[in-house]
Amino acid sequence: MSTLDIDTTLDTARILVCTGSGGVGKTTTAASLALRAAERGRRTVVLTIDPARRLAQSMGLSALDNTPRRVEGIDGSKGGSLDAMMLDMKRTFDDIVLAHAEPDKAQSILENPFYQALSSSFAGTQEYMAMEKLGQLKATGGYDLIVVDTPPTRSALDFLDAPERMTTFLDGRMIKILMAPAKAGGKAYLKVVSTGFNVFTSVISKIIGAQVLQDVSQFVAALETMFGGFRERAQATYDLLKAPGTAFVVVAAPERDALREAAYFVERLAEERMPLAGLVVNRVHRSGSAVLTVERSLAAAQALDESGGHEMPAAVLRLHAERMALAARERRLQERFTGAHPGVPVVEVAALPGDVHDLDGLRAVGADMAGGQAAAVPA
Amino acid sequence: MSDFPDVRLHVVTGKGGTGKTTVAASLALALAAGGKRVLLAEVEGRQGIAQLFDCPPLPYEERKVAVARGGGDVYALAIDPEDALLDYLHMFYKLSRTGVAARTLRRMGAIDFATTVAPGLRDVLLTGKVKEAAVRRDKSGRHAYDAVVLDAPPTGRIARFLNISHEVGGLAKVGPLKTQSDGVMAVLRSPATAVHLVTLLEEMPVQETIDGVAELQSVGLPVGGVVVNSVRVPLLHPADLLAAEQGSLDREALRAGLEKAGLDAPDHLVQALAAEATDHATRVALEERGRDALAGLDRPSYELPLLPDSVDLAGLYELAEMLKAQGLA
Ligand SMILES: Nc1ncnc2c1ncn2[C@@H]1O[C@H](COP(=O)(O)OP(=O)(O)OP(=O)(O)O)[C@@H](O)[C@H]1O
Ligand SMILES: Nc1ncnc2c1ncn2[C@@H]1O[C@H](COP(=O)(O)OP(=O)(O)OP(=O)(O)O)[C@@H](O)[C@H]1O
Ligand SMILES: [Mg+2]
Ligand SMILES: [Mg+2]
Repeated sequence: MSTLDIDTTLDTARILVCTGSGGVGKTTTAASLALRAAERGRRTVVLTIDPARRLAQSMGLSALDNTPRRVEGIDGSKGGSLDAMMLDMKRTFDDIVLAHAEPDKAQSILENPFYQALSSSFAGTQEYMAMEKLGQLKATGGYDLIVVDTPPTRSALDFLDAPERMTTFLDGRMIKILMAPAKAGGKAYLKVVSTGFNVFTSVISKIIGAQVLQDVSQFVAALETMFGGFRERAQATYDLLKAPGTAFVVVAAPERDALREAAYFVERLAEERMPLAGLVVNRVHRSGSAVLTVERSLAAAQALDESGGHEMPAAVLRLHAERMALAARERRLQERFTGAHPGVPVVEVAALPGDVHDLDGLRAVGADMAGGQAAAVPA
Repeated sequence: MSDFPDVRLHVVTGKGGTGKTTVAASLALALAAGGKRVLLAEVEGRQGIAQLFDCPPLPYEERKVAVARGGGDVYALAIDPEDALLDYLHMFYKLSRTGVAARTLRRMGAIDFATTVAPGLRDVLLTGKVKEAAVRRDKSGRHAYDAVVLDAPPTGRIARFLNISHEVGGLAKVGPLKTQSDGVMAVLRSPATAVHLVTLLEEMPVQETIDGVAELQSVGLPVGGVVVNSVRVPLLHPADLLAAEQGSLDREALRAGLEKAGLDAPDHLVQALAAEATDHATRVALEERGRDALAGLDRPSYELPLLPDSVDLAGLYELAEMLKAQGLA
């Protein structure tokens, strides 16, 4: 197993993307990496998605306003800085409408009931928006390093697949048919559509009703307007992910499902020729008294129970046995991963007893990733 | 005695990974106990139920997967949006599932559109099917199922998921979609439905639960109970916990105990064990704060222990008994 040299990554990368399955610690890892990079002297921005409330507050992210804000309280003595922002889906979507639709149309798109009801829950929206924002941040040129968090999907692969799904949809015939009424202006609809589609259109309007079809149609036409350049932009942003200086950090918990997802993702990155920095195994349990095995501590606890008294030491021994058993299970799962992917650099982060909700917590996680070193740059 | 005697549709949500599928399956077993017929449905295309009951992937068909204690059957159904759409067309428009219209729809990409690209439309179909199962009656007029348990999408999406028919119904002023949407909402908002939230005693799941309850209530959906899952029993006495949390656990007493049990007790070992006790106590204190926050919700709550190893079939029966004993079923 090779070890992920996190400090070298932080000092050289231009974009880091943290992916992983739901709840494993993507947001925490992204924020910790960004903070550490900043304290090592880089001008850094972290784009977070749905951070835990207390973490957001401690980073000064009380407003969901889609603009990077300076994070106070970091050690800027090496010349670095940290900005952070929370991605606001709806707002980013609206911004794209405003930027890409003709001004008179923009307003009617924003007011379309289907746009309001469906746009922010459209498949792939979050992923697409994260990429869109990454492209914008990159374009400002104001940062040495951009760290990107990814949305809480079950499978990290969604991050790579979602934009493709949306593109396929936009290229499909369905969208052209749905757009026909908007283009032809309502009533002429059925005439525009060739007879081959008659079954289709009559079924559709029977199911959802003619008036709704009109609204849907307008909405889809609006999508087409705003995503006119979608394919090009999506392509450009995805090219960014393959450019030198970009690397993925895959995060997993030391659990079967999370490690399996991480394995899928690592394999997929290889197929796509996208660069992998390494795997962060987060919330690992360790023991400072590993000499005392599960069996010996349980036997000792048992002996104390039988002799009476010493309840506290017996309980402490049982706690220790639990922790050792957990650590062993986690190690086995991790070994299964490294056995199958020996080339992937790995680093572990210990499970902290409390949540990670302030800069000190993020610093501790960062230091743990760097093998216990403080953030200071070695000359 | 059940806290929810009138509920026929139990919706189980929770933050990802907190145990929704496990709790939904246990609840189905608990509700079926003593000779009832219960349907356990999933909607996320993950075959979580089949994995849990250790059976082959479920087709789009209601299948018996388990027999409850004292008789009673649990049926399972993996609701697939595509099948639900064809089902719906069949039911309301007498379209054959394999006929020309269905084929044309498929060829046009309409099925993909309705089932994968636009989650709003997909959710209309999924909730529609759940409602259909919950109200279905057999020839003699009796309910086909005594209860339906839904392994639902996570807390972050649940209100939107359940309320989608309301939104769509609001868009369609008249017509078949409107009628269908109103029918679904009437059931989901009725006292025959309860949305239960599964949580762990950790910061984010607890916060999501609190936010989720507020969101559900704000759109008029009936909140049921809070199921606290994977609860660990603290091993230390309260007084020792307090000391450990403050880092002042009696090192000499610990050393004496270790020696009494015939172990070497060098300083570093004693320190390391005391540090582990402190971690444990910190965790317990955090859990306690989570419990307090949940108590503020003023909803009935239920606790399930962390089972050793992961949950197998025997474990499900065990959890089912506990849910029944505590009154969720
Ligand atoms: N090493 C750690 N030790 C203790 N707690 C941790 C650690 N890493 C993360 N956590 C906690 O776990 C919770 C989930 O972490 P986080 O929000 O980073 O996960 P995520 O992968 O971004 O989740 P989602 O998929 O929901 O976006 C948070 O409460 C966080 O404080
Ligand atoms: N009480 C328990 N004791 C021990 N393990 C449990 C318990 N409840 C759930 N688990 C385990 O936790 C894991 C997650 O549970 P489950 O799949 O039910 O969660 P979920 O909320 O449905 O997840 P997802 O969001 O991925 O659908 C599983 O491995 C399950 O066996
Ligand atoms: Mg996150
Ligand atoms: Mg599940």
